[in-house]
Amino acid sequence: MATKVLIPTPLRTYTGKLESVTLEGNTVGELLQKLTATYAPLKRHLYDDTGALRNFVNVYVNDEDIRYLQKEQTRVSEKDTVSIIPSIAGGRSV
Amino acid sequence: MRETGGRGVRADVRLSHEEIRRYGRHLILPEVGLEGQMKLKSASILLVGAGGLGSPLALYLAAAGIGKIGIVDFDVVDESNLQRQVLHSTPDVGRPKLDSAKDRIHAVNPNVEVELFSTRLTSENALGILGAYDVVADGTDNFPTRYLVNDACVLLRKPNVYGSIFRFEGQVSVFSAPGGPCYRCLYEDPPPPGLVPSCAEGGVLGVLPGIIGTIQAAETVKLILGIGEPLVGRLLLLDALTMKTRELKLRRNPECPVCGEHPAITELIDYEAFCGITPPDAETEAGEYAISVTDVREKLDRGENLFLLDVREPQEYQIANLGGHLIPLNDLPRRVHELDSSRDIVVYCHSGMRSGKAVQFLKQLGFRKVKNLVGGIDAWAAVIDHDMPRY
Repeated sequence: MATKVLIPTPLRTYTGKLESVTLEGNTVGELLQKLTATYAPLKRHLYDDTGALRNFVNVYVNDEDIRYLQKEQTRVSEKDTVSIIPSIAGGRSV
Repeated sequence: MRETGGRGVRADVRLSHEEIRRYGRHLILPEVGLEGQMKLKSASILLVGAGGLGSPLALYLAAAGIGKIGIVDFDVVDESNLQRQVLHSTPDVGRPKLDSAKDRIHAVNPNVEVELFSTRLTSENALGILGAYDVVADGTDNFPTRYLVNDACVLLRKPNVYGSIFRFEGQVSVFSAPGGPCYRCLYEDPPPPGLVPSCAEGGVLGVLPGIIGTIQAAETVKLILGIGEPLVGRLLLLDALTMKTRELKLRRNPECPVCGEHPAITELIDYEAFCGITPPDAETEAGEYAISVTDVREKLDRGENLFLLDVREPQEYQIANLGGHLIPLNDLPRRVHELDSSRDIVVYCHSGMRSGKAVQFLKQLGFRKVKNLVGGIDAWAAVIDHDMPRY
């Protein structure tokens, strides 16, 4: 079952500029594992050193935050769209 | 104040004949009308930043007849601003942004009272500045100020009309509205410096802040008028390249450190430190908030009841530890409730850098009996316990 994962602008540098990647997987966690296996440099932007999803990266299935679903165990189907939404400050460097 | 939904109308507010002519297209809208226009005139809006987002905000809010617009900014107009910051013009290069902003606002609408704050927004001045306004519109360009504006708005119970941009993508929402989530419900922690490319590195489509700032202006006007459905609990995403918008649900996080049920943050903190961009604090290296490995050994030998906090990562803990309570530094803001501020806490990491940051963070939250183990577990292994592996 293939599900579309939308890549946000700040992270497209790591996916060869792709706006979306379609991956096989039953859960959000599986999709993200495959995504970071394919695009290794993306990994440190999504996960911290312990392998936990970073707090400034939110993941949505359709319009719902996975923190309020079953987190990375949230099941997905080919009808779903997964979005990665990082925080952006806009403007100058900090 | 007469309350009629949205903000009220101040008793002394009247519209002159000139204003009635000026606002005619508003006055004939049933959703605005005379009453709504007087609400706008009674309202005060604070703009944080007079840059890309602040430009359309200032222009449209002035044109709409907002009674008072406050602006916080300390920058001067640079040539590289003109690509998107339409509040400022070529002859303004080198002038303070506040001066050109005031001139433009008054050129658009001389009826608007403009209050200027030529300062950086800080933890010391934020509550005083924001407190006097009805609504805050956040057009800042950095994470420390984002979190500062958010926390101040939550503490003051003021709506925060949020906009943010990166390259071709923008986000808009209304935070801190009654019953709605705040920015920390969405992003509890900022990214560490360097992990997310900045606009200065990444660039931004000049039109994008125009679109996003204009949406912020529309939301602000709706909040004042009390009409429509503001973006409370919703995050609007706009991709200018595909010109597609999406909307995500935002929920109030009951464990939010600032607006949750048991908030850990009840006053403004040091946001530069929170975002990891403050140089190491001398106090946590040698002063009142520092402790040496030999002092800790002696205290433990005397049977003193120290609470050891380990802020390293779990895999480091596996290599060697002092039996401390493990909360990795990045998780500390979220898990700070596990700590008892009345106890003597010694924080350690590998060499004292992360624990220094943790101590600074805890100090800002009001912890007073917290000390940084100078040199970290590495110093412990070198000086106290030669059997402990060093890594």
